[in-house]
Formats: sequence, C-alpha cells, structure tokens
Amino acid sequence: MALSLAACGKGGSSNTAATTDANGTTTLKMWTHNAGNDKELAAITQVVNDYNGSQSKYKVEIQAFPQDSYNTSVTAAAASKSLPCILDVDGPNVPNWAWAGYLAPLDGMDDQISKFLPSVVGKYNDKNYAVGYYDVALVMEARKSALEASGIRIPTIDSSWTKDEFAAALAAIKATGKWENTLDMQTGNTGEWWPYAYSPFLQSFGGDLINRDDYKSADGVLNGAAAVEWANWFRSLTSDGYMPLKSGADPGQDFLNGKTAILYNGSWGAEAAKASSIADDILFLPSVDLGNGPKIGGGSWQWAVGSGCSAPEGALDYMKFAMQDKYVASVSEASGTIPATDGGAALVKGYETGGEYDIFRQYSKKFAEVRPVTPGYPFIATTFTKTAQDILNGADPQATLDQAVKDIDANQQSNNNFQ
Amino acid sequence: MTQTLGAAHPTPPTVGQIEKLSFKQRRYTKAKQSQRLAAAWMVTPAVALLLVFVIIPIVLTFALAFTNAKLISPTGPQFVGIDNFSRLFGDPVFWKSLRNTLIFTIFVVPLQAGLALVLALLINVRIRGVNFFRTVYFLPVVTSMVVISLLWKFMYQPNGLINGFLAVFGIDGPDWLGNPNTALVAVLIMSIWQAVGFHMVIWLSGLQTIPQDMYEAGAIDGASNWQRFRYLTWPALRQTRTFILITITIQAFALFTQIQVMTQGGPLDSTSTIVYQAVRTGFSLQQTGYASALSLVFFVLVLVVSLAQRYLTRDKDVKK
Repeated sequence: MALSLAACGKGGSSNTAATTDANGTTTLKMWTHNAGNDKELAAITQVVNDYNGSQSKYKVEIQAFPQDSYNTSVTAAAASKSLPCILDVDGPNVPNWAWAGYLAPLDGMDDQISKFLPSVVGKYNDKNYAVGYYDVALVMEARKSALEASGIRIPTIDSSWTKDEFAAALAAIKATGKWENTLDMQTGNTGEWWPYAYSPFLQSFGGDLINRDDYKSADGVLNGAAAVEWANWFRSLTSDGYMPLKSGADPGQDFLNGKTAILYNGSWGAEAAKASSIADDILFLPSVDLGNGPKIGGGSWQWAVGSGCSAPEGALDYMKFAMQDKYVASVSEASGTIPATDGGAALVKGYETGGEYDIFRQYSKKFAEVRPVTPGYPFIATTFTKTAQDILNGADPQATLDQAVKDIDANQQSNNNFQ
Repeated sequence: MTQTLGAAHPTPPTVGQIEKLSFKQRRYTKAKQSQRLAAAWMVTPAVALLLVFVIIPIVLTFALAFTNAKLISPTGPQFVGIDNFSRLFGDPVFWKSLRNTLIFTIFVVPLQAGLALVLALLINVRIRGVNFFRTVYFLPVVTSMVVISLLWKFMYQPNGLINGFLAVFGIDGPDWLGNPNTALVAVLIMSIWQAVGFHMVIWLSGLQTIPQDMYEAGAIDGASNWQRFRYLTWPALRQTRTFILITITIQAFALFTQIQVMTQGGPLDSTSTIVYQAVRTGFSLQQTGYASALSLVFFVLVLVVSLAQRYLTRDKDVKK
C-alpha cells in the first residue's frame, strides 16, 4: 500500500516545489483541496492573481485536487519529498502533519494571526502552523411554527436549551405526530462529520476525546461517568424514536420539505434555508447545553507552508499577503462560511454586526471547541466515529467506550505520546 | 597419396552436404535465438507488472508486518517482532471480521456457482431472444460495483424498494443495512446478484464445449433429463467447475467495495471483513505495520484455502 502511494506521488509531481527562472522570478507551487468547489476555487485564484500581479519576485501556481483524494495526495507527496510550498489542510490534521514534518511554522505572522478566530488557527507545540479564512458553526435549525405550536421556549445565545428542556421539547414535538422526524442529526453522514458534530455533545456533558492536559490518555474522559451519560443520551435519541438511526439521503432537503422539525446542521446550510419557501419559519438556534454549556466544533480548512519549500520566505510573503481582511471576506463569502476576522466579517453582507448571519459568528466565538490538538487526532477521530456508531446501534456504552480508550491509549503510547 | 590422405581424413562432405548442414544448423540456432528473444519480449511486461504490483508489495507486506510502520510519521519504521500479530489475535474486531469473511464465503460460493449454472442451463438453448436474456443477466457484471452498491443501498432503506415490495405481501421488512442480523445477508444477496452473470458466462462456455453427439448417444440409451445432466453434463464440466470454485472463493474472500460503500463495517462490526479492516487500519488509522500484519494473515488464509481446493480437485484426478 505504502509503495503504490509513493509511486503515485513520484509520478504525479516531478517538479520541485519552487523553481527560479531566468528573470529571477521564483515559482511557488500551491495545492488546494477545492477542485470540486468552483466558487471557493475562484476566490482563491483571485487571491493568487492579485499576489502575482503585486510583485515580480514570486509567482504562485495553483494546483487543485478533489477533496476526497487530497489527503492521500499530500501523504504521497511527502513520502516522495515533493510537497508544495503552500498547501491547505483540514484544521484537526494540522498537529499530525506538523509532527510528521510536512509543515513549517508560520514565523513572523503572530500579530496578523492574533486577529483571527482562535478556532481557525492550527497550532502545534505552541507554534502557529496554519491559519484559515473561515470557520463554520453548528446550529439547531428549527421550525418556528413547530416550537410555538407546542409552547416550547425559543432559546437564545445566552440561554440555550438545557438537557431537560431539550428532552421535553422533543417529546412535545413528537406527541403532535406531525413530523416524520422530530430531530435529524444527519447520522447518515460519514467521515469527519462524526467527531466534528457529536464530540461537542460529549464535551458539553463534561467528557472529552482525550485528556487535554498532556494528551497521553483518554482514560477517565472518554469512558468516565460523563461519557457514559453522553452515550446513553445519544442512544436514547434513537431508541426513544426522536431521531432516525440512519438519516435519509438528504437530511437538509427533508428539513426544507417539512419532514423534520429540528435539524442539527452546519452554518453552511443557512443559504439554502434562507432561499427556501419556508425561510421565515426557520430559526438558527444554539446547540443544547448538556451540563457544561453548549459546545460546537471549531476549525475548518486552513493554509500552511510546506516544510520542504526551497523559498520559504516567498511562501510566507504570500501568506501575509493572502491573509488580508479583504481576502478573508472574499473567500468566506464564496464558500458561504463565517469570516474569521472582525475586519473580514464587516465586509461580508449578513456577517456585519447585527446582520442575519452574525449569529453564526457569535456561536463560533462563544461555543467553539477545537478538536484535540495532538498528532494522534486522525486515529482518535476514526476510533470515535466507530464508537459512536456502535453506541447508536445499541452496543453497551461502558464496554464500547472502554475499548475506545484502550485503542487510543495504545496508539498514543506506541507513538511515544508524540513527544 | 590419395589413399593415405583418404585414410587420415574421413571422406570430406560434399559441397551440397556442407551447405545443407550449415544451413540447417544456422536456421536452427537463429530460430531458437529469435524465439527466445520474442519470448523475453512477450513476458517482460507481464513480469514487470507482476513485480511492481504483486511481488514487491507482498515482500513489503511481509517486512512491514513485523514493524511499527505508520502512514504518517517523522520517524522510520522500527522492528517490533510479532507484536502486531499478538495484538491482532487479541483484537475482537479481527475475529468478527474473520467470521464474517468466512460466513460470506461459505454462502456465496455454492449459491453463486449454483445459480450461475442454473442460468447457464436456461440460456444454453437455441430459441429466439436468448441473447436478450444473456445480456440482461450479464449487465450487472459490467456495471461498476460502487454504482451497484449505491443503488442497492437506496433499495435496502427501511422505506426503500425492497421493503415496499415485501409490503405488498404483508411482510414488514427490516432496516436491512441498519440491523446487525440482516446487514451481512443483504450484502450477500446483492453480491451474488451482481457477480452471477460472470460465472454464468463461464459455465456457458463449458456447456458449449460438450459435444452434441454425447447427448445423442444418451438419447438413444433413453436417458431422462436428470440423467442427462447428472451423467453427461456434470462430469463434462469438471474443469469449468474447478475454475469457478477457485475464482468465486478468492473473490468472496476479498469482499471490500460493497462494505466500504454500504455499511462501513457496521452496524456493530456485523459486516466488517478482513480486507475492509486492513484498509481502514492502514489508511484511516494510519497503522501501516498493523494493516500489513492483517494483510499477511489474509494472504496465508487465501493461500491455504486455494491449496486445499487444488489438492481436493487433484485427488479426484488420480482416482479417475
């Protein structure tokens, strides 16, 4: 397996990351995951074109990959030592890639980075390795009419539903018999969605994916009383008949078509909701407070500098140029996400203070919890996904969580705790 | 003089003889050389491909299985002895994967081979429109497994096509892929449906090699339809049978695509297979060494089963 990957990498990128031509212009290679996202790619291309036009010392050259194969391509490129100078990386993977030596720290950008939402800054060992234009927020999209019909309190950012209130609300909505799904948490999604969307509930109960003091063990946090409580709660959503065990093919559409009363969704769904015929009946509510305040996932795609770049000062120069407020605004607007700086937010319609999307930014600022900052994260994420799926399918919570802790601890230890 | 000369040297060959000999020899060696060259040319691509895609990966698997190699790591792999294997045999998911793989194989092999034979017998007739049925049965084979898995995933949904059909008969169908008791069965049915056309074609080719006069002789002896099949068709298909048995077994062991698309090994590991677990371990969990150990176990398993099958079929050869 490793061999075929390495072979692909060699075949695919024979050019070095930075080359200088006769005129003294150094070409910097740049990789991005959004080949399938025309709008975002166009916005990024605009940033690059502006940069290339602003000076003649460096020329950035974009290569776009489909998201599905992006991580594999980077891994393969790293194996054959042909990483690009500039690349984007999914937030939770930053520590893994920084530890593996794929990324170089963003030296000299601390002041600029301090203006970004903390959740979009990729850190490892107290150094900044990546920074992103945008974040996304998780919300409860609810039908106002459904809540009002059952006399359910509309929660606010300062006073979200408590666990009991949420349970009562679900019971009341289900009792009306009007909805096919009382709640839809999009359990049909796969991959990173599971840790991104469901570990915040675990954290709200007081548990976590791993002990964040030293990132050595998950014992006590992923299999403690709080975690078991989370598991039972999560399972009860299905076993009590509020939430489908496996969501339909398009939960967003089910919600807009009136099948679902409450949809747990990312802020990326807002645009479709606002454009739908029931736009006036949709509320974007904060997530549930299960004990330790509402929590939502933080961190999305971020930009970083490859460690093998022969012209790192050029790559950093581009990063400084690219992370201006106006580009934060243009990229997040194109991707329908939350601008990561105050200056950027002011430039995007809807995200200005008091704008219709401003609430997402406030949720992010107030509730966002980044996923564990350890190179072991990909392992933790995969293990958590399987654990949560098993729990939803009726596995014994304590035994399943204990097994997950055992696996995670073994992996951290086998890597010498990533010291 | 002439006599002495003649005695000292054997009669020199005539010009014609020399020409004939050397020509023959020359032609012989030349032909041999060019044959060898041609053979080398012909075999090179196959050997190169086998080397790169089979031999080297197998050797690497053997080596990596005894290391702690990681997909992403700043440090190189280190030798850890049989650590991976002792972990593997203590891993409950491995035993479930092994069990699922074996169950799948045990059911797929006879069902798929049998059904394919029935279909082959049905379409091995000269009537109008038989080509239509041949095409229809073969259609799933040429469709991508990913596409088929996605389609069946929709059909298996609790309110999908299959349960809708069952409802006509008053049967309340289960959540096929969401229930640990039915998920593997669901994958099994779909897999058989998809691949049965391929083996039907192989059976058909076997059927068509059986000479017609054997059946004519049988008819003269007054053989019934069943006797015709039992004593003429079945023995004549022996070689086809061996081929089909081995190919289906290996295909069944390598069950992966359907699982990846439809269930991701769930619910509760009820559809996890060895290959699926190896891919998940190697890529999602980034544990190259551990995944190699799994692959090695899989390799040994397939090897043992293939050798056993070869032994069993050869044994019958000797008896005959």
